[in-house]
Amino acid sequence: MTMTTPLSKFKTDTAESTVDIDHRLWMQAALHGYEDKRGGVESTFGDFEEAKKTAAAIKWEAIEDLGALLESFSDNLEARGAKVCWASNGKEAVDYILKVCRDHGAKKVIKSKCMTTEEIHLNPALQADGMEVVESDLGEFIVQLREEEPFHFVFPAMHLKRDKISAIFEEKLGTEPSSDPEELTMIARRLMRRKYCEADIGISGANFGVADTGMISITENEGNARLTTSLPNVHIAVMGIEKVIPKLEDLSVLLPLLGTAGAGQWMTAYNSMIGGPRQPGEVDGPEEFHVVLVDNHRTRLLADPEQRDALRCIRCGACLNVCPIFKNIGGHSYGTTYQGPIGSVITPHLRGLQSYKHLSYSSSLCGACTETCPVKIDLHHHLLRNRRDAVKEKGGRMERFAFRQFARMMSRPNLYRGSEGLMRLGAKLWRPLEGKKADPLKAWTTTRTLPSPAPKSFHRQWREQRGDRS
Amino acid sequence: MSSKQAILGRIREALAHPSHPEVRALAGNGERDVRKARPFMPPGGDNIEERLRNFARLAELLKVELVQVPTPEAARETLKILREAEGWTRIATHHHDLTDRLVTGLHPDLLWTDTSPGIDALESCEVGISVCEALIAQTGSILVTGKGCGGRALSVLPPHHVVLATRDQLLPDLFAGYEHLRHTYGDTLPSFISFITGASRTGDIERILVLGAHGPKRLTVVLMGTEDSA
Repeated sequence: MTMTTPLSKFKTDTAESTVDIDHRLWMQAALHGYEDKRGGVESTFGDFEEAKKTAAAIKWEAIEDLGALLESFSDNLEARGAKVCWASNGKEAVDYILKVCRDHGAKKVIKSKCMTTEEIHLNPALQADGMEVVESDLGEFIVQLREEEPFHFVFPAMHLKRDKISAIFEEKLGTEPSSDPEELTMIARRLMRRKYCEADIGISGANFGVADTGMISITENEGNARLTTSLPNVHIAVMGIEKVIPKLEDLSVLLPLLGTAGAGQWMTAYNSMIGGPRQPGEVDGPEEFHVVLVDNHRTRLLADPEQRDALRCIRCGACLNVCPIFKNIGGHSYGTTYQGPIGSVITPHLRGLQSYKHLSYSSSLCGACTETCPVKIDLHHHLLRNRRDAVKEKGGRMERFAFRQFARMMSRPNLYRGSEGLMRLGAKLWRPLEGKKADPLKAWTTTRTLPSPAPKSFHRQWREQRGDRS
Repeated sequence: MSSKQAILGRIREALAHPSHPEVRALAGNGERDVRKARPFMPPGGDNIEERLRNFARLAELLKVELVQVPTPEAARETLKILREAEGWTRIATHHHDLTDRLVTGLHPDLLWTDTSPGIDALESCEVGISVCEALIAQTGSILVTGKGCGGRALSVLPPHHVVLATRDQLLPDLFAGYEHLRHTYGDTLPSFISFITGASRTGDIERILVLGAHGPKRLTVVLMGTEDSA
């Protein structure tokens, strides 16, 4: 029996997803549409590059002054009647949320999209305690019904075509099949209306935490987060500690950048700031508002002076959308809460370098992610830094040996020329085995063809044609 | 030791090592003052005409129905036309100079959210009519708060949201929107603030745009004021 490790799972999953040509074409078409739209919006900025730099500077300040900002964020929230929980890890966060739910005798929980709750595995814990948990974001709802993980942390169900969505609705909700996206959306809308009205607790995430006013900011298109945070009597917001920013006005740069980078919109449909439960003189809103601040190894990433800038991430998903690897292997292959380049950078810090170092190699190092990042995180170089750190921590002896031999060969012309001949001979002897069971290069040749070495090397052609003038 | 102290301790320890200069330099030289960064962002408009043009252009892209009327009387006519066209049987609204004047008497069944009538009552209304704090030309957004615009739910629960606004409420950009809120509310900002940019929407199924995912399917802005009134 072989044990499943993140690496072995990655290998089997990518072996499957990369040969699914239909799916790859589908992904590429979908993400191409995004790039077109985004380009159009970017061009309306006075200076998009400078706007990115401002966003980056805001987030730098936030990260380098994290302690003080978190304290003032928490104090300002409490002054307006919110309750703040500081959770060192996922378990502390889950325990606190469970306690709040139990205190209210909660049976029904409605959730809006929150990747941090995926990270701390909140839903299974609530369900094990006998609660009904419904994801209200349409994409999240679809993957929840299918009992699978989100495919993309901004577009959770982007891998599914309408027939699959219709089928799961038919199976789980007993609805009539439909091939009309609008009709399918309305099925979810009708069902969810009841859920918002009946829910005891609403759980949301937060895109930003505003320190100077004590508010969370939520960005969404569907209105499900607004309903989740407005209708139930108790609202719990779960956010990573790195989400805090200094001032309310900073959002006047960050919100448009998030909308533009994330989905090619000037602004997403609803950008809402929530500071506390219902205040005196207000007509509605929850009686209780809890904010759960989650560390869960973020301070470990903060302790890395080279890579702490990854904490500036605003989770727009742009780096996934432009990544040639993501487009080809798909989001599920990563086996992480956060997919794509940003996931490959931060997951080794959050879950262990040795278990997730393979993600640093699932990159072409093309740099499209760094180029597109609205807060200018040095993504592709961080992948290199993770590779370096993984080898430094636990380098392979064979790999080191191989590279030493390679270096020797490359720095000695005679050895190099000799090896050329050997290679041509080797290729001739190997060719009959190609693709067969005994093929020593099977791992390579199952999906690729190995070209034969040129009959004459460049060196030799140069000598023959130009005479030996060198 | 509490988790708060533990987390703050780990943060202090982590930041004792300054950020690597190379990585810091990559993005560390930007303009930090968001007020000075306003020219980098999409334009809002220096005068009311430009703002109106920008807002109208974005409203069209966002499928927001913008109805420009000269006077409050004309706005009331617009509401009557909408009422007949959609066959409203119950209207939700809230008390404010504008709504008191324009919505009172529009229908026998009016639900005023000021008395906190409850979720089910609000859910039974086909339309929510509210005022706004401001309109944002830069993004085509409508700025609402829980305190000034009839609560958190009024602008999101009914399937049609109608906003009553005046031309002088058109602000250039998001920054001006925040400034306006600070000016209006001082230290007691409402517990709920939202920039509404178009009707509720989703692209979660095959990236095809569908309006009315969970919130309003229709968003109408009735903008009052003639050229010389603003």
